[in-house]
Amino acid sequence: MKEILSGNEAIARGAFEAGVKVACAYPGTPSTEILENTVRYKEIDSSWATNEKVALEVGIGASFVGARSLVTMKHVGVNVAADPLFTLSYTGVNGGLVLVVADDPELHSSQDEQDSRNYAKFAKVPMLEPCDSQECLEFTKLAFELSERYDTPVMLRTTTRISHSKSVVELGERVTAVPEIKLAKNPAKFVMLPGNARGRHYVVEDRITTLSKDGCSMPINRMELRGTKIGVITAGISYQHVREVLPEASVLKLGMVHPLPFDLIREFASKVDKLYVVEELDPFIEEQVKAIGIGVTGKEIISLCGELTPGRVAKAFGLPQNAPSAVETLPGRPPNMCPGCPHRGVFYSLKQLQAYVSGDIGCYTLGFMPPLSAMDTCVCMGASIGMANGAVKVLAPEERKKVVAVIGDSTFLHTGINGLMDMVYNKGAATVIILDNRITAMTGRQENPGSGHTLMNDPADAIDFPLLCKAIGVKHIRTINPLDLDECQRVISEEMERPETSVIITDKPCVLIKREGVFTPGAPLAVVDESCVGCRACLKIGCPAIEWVPGSGKKGKAHIDPLLCNGCDVCSQLCKFSAIQEAK
Amino acid sequence: MSDKITNIVLVGVGGQGILLAAEVLSETFMLAGFDVKKSEIHGMSQRGGSVVSHVRYGKEVFSPMVPEGEGDILFGFELMESYRYLPLLKPGGTVIVNDLCIAPPAVLIGQEQYPEGLALKIQDLCPDCLLVDGQNLAVQAGNARAANTVLLGAVSKRLDIDEQYWVRAIEKMVPKKALEVNLKAFQLGRSLS
Repeated sequence: MKEILSGNEAIARGAFEAGVKVACAYPGTPSTEILENTVRYKEIDSSWATNEKVALEVGIGASFVGARSLVTMKHVGVNVAADPLFTLSYTGVNGGLVLVVADDPELHSSQDEQDSRNYAKFAKVPMLEPCDSQECLEFTKLAFELSERYDTPVMLRTTTRISHSKSVVELGERVTAVPEIKLAKNPAKFVMLPGNARGRHYVVEDRITTLSKDGCSMPINRMELRGTKIGVITAGISYQHVREVLPEASVLKLGMVHPLPFDLIREFASKVDKLYVVEELDPFIEEQVKAIGIGVTGKEIISLCGELTPGRVAKAFGLPQNAPSAVETLPGRPPNMCPGCPHRGVFYSLKQLQAYVSGDIGCYTLGFMPPLSAMDTCVCMGASIGMANGAVKVLAPEERKKVVAVIGDSTFLHTGINGLMDMVYNKGAATVIILDNRITAMTGRQENPGSGHTLMNDPADAIDFPLLCKAIGVKHIRTINPLDLDECQRVISEEMERPETSVIITDKPCVLIKREGVFTPGAPLAVVDESCVGCRACLKIGCPAIEWVPGSGKKGKAHIDPLLCNGCDVCSQLCKFSAIQEAK
Repeated sequence: MSDKITNIVLVGVGGQGILLAAEVLSETFMLAGFDVKKSEIHGMSQRGGSVVSHVRYGKEVFSPMVPEGEGDILFGFELMESYRYLPLLKPGGTVIVNDLCIAPPAVLIGQEQYPEGLALKIQDLCPDCLLVDGQNLAVQAGNARAANTVLLGAVSKRLDIDEQYWVRAIEKMVPKKALEVNLKAFQLGRSLS
């Protein structure tokens, strides 16, 4: 049967067909939809972990007792999961374990552009890289076979254009001959004390050498011989752009990007006059090809930054391109917080209080955007609290008061809580605001331990944030309604004055939560034209439902779109002329 | 089957239902027996940001991205976004665009102005341009929310794909209770020339 699937959907299907029993992940664009699709198969236990390290540990535990396990994350998630990954390379597996990592060249939705292929080399594990959805399905199945055959975790790397592109896929059946699941003791393999690990290191090195040799005859590494003038070594999405732009070129298409099949590369190089590597981001293949003494052109003509497109590849090879007329500069259209978003009032208040906002990763990172413009740092998941703690250690008292860490519920549980324990323990005098909107919102509303449900839609005990903070020793914990501007500013300003760790928790849900009884919109508001003096106060919160309508003279008036308004009432609190009222 | 690849670029504002429209296009082309690829960016763009989706079909499609300046059809859901992405279209390409302006944040807060006369500017640059009053036609079909299907109908008229495949794709992708309205909206769009 044929279906059009995204790369992520095809990986989930591949996992199902491979007989996977356990799938675990922390959401992260562009990887999130993989687990949102494994959950459709009742044969797979799919779950959101609190972070990527825990997700991988869940996968390792299931693998060690014999289950085929799938773990997925975005590129920066591997930084969090790197600790178990490196030692997992030494232990190897029992049931096959595949770690999918989705890179984001061009930073469509990320804080950096790291190339995860380096992790495969660093951790000494094989990595496959599919070039379309059909290969996503097939390579996922193959990855499980290789994992068990070579006793190694296997990484499967996608990029945004693989994960989020759709193409036609031929579906198969779920395999039934998978390893038996039972407790098995094998300390020499699974207890990585120095005495055991020393021996395993030799196993790891031998495994990579063997895989490099075996890779030369794997069908996923294939020579496509056409003309002899130009030969291109490439993989993943770059392969598609090369085929699009250089239809006459011979291609060595690598399905396994680590370890490289060096003998096959030598053979291919001998068949063409001029050899190129076309790859996004780092010169990962190029440097290794050069290291075995083969001359090749790569990053001389292709940027280290950003994703490739057919146009960029054509330009690199000096091919003529359509030069369409550029249009004039237009107003940009950046993303924005939703109408009624509970974060808006908090960022408005922080701006009024001239806080130095140690930010974090989630929808609320949009608090950076004008007119709110109330975020001063954003580095990685959970960093807001530790960084605030670092800043208050050294600032003079008057400036110290300005430091406020802002973090979402899911990000707090991911790695923020460690920062808070550290702050309490080391007596950091900063204010921490936990924006608890009951969901992991930015990646498309995934459940988390604070939301009350699991990925498989079972009810779960929701974490009690005030109680949790109390348990780790926070003495000053206050819960506020983020839609009440007076309360926000009063409480935040009181806690900023306090020379101790304090936590403020907001208690309104994301407006996009569809589960019944969580979010209820208020009555839509409207601007009473006769009362509006055109002071623009309501525009300071940057709500997409409020539009400035220029008037004939100097002044204009505000207008609220009743179809967009969620009735949060924040704008009406800014209006000194009572011009914003419930729509009639 | 010829080797020709047909390139469609869908552009608009996050939340307008562009991704679903791209799904219907892809499904239609697959049902009609073509190789199909579709590419877009999720994530940040869902929060009211600019959205671009690429759909390509033909005998064998390689890159999922429409090469710059090779779009056959620009399928626009909003005027300013359509104007912004005109460079993706090939010279002499077709524009099917919804007659709708959605103000971006800087315009909402009165810092910048929404450019005037965009429909005329687009028509000047691309003579083969059809401006569609999607909202009103959707209301005629029975629901303002079916504007995308009106546009889809207008696009379908420009492609050599049998009507039955369009109808089957819509039947598959649209919820049952909204099907009648959407099929009507599709026909209204198809009747435009």
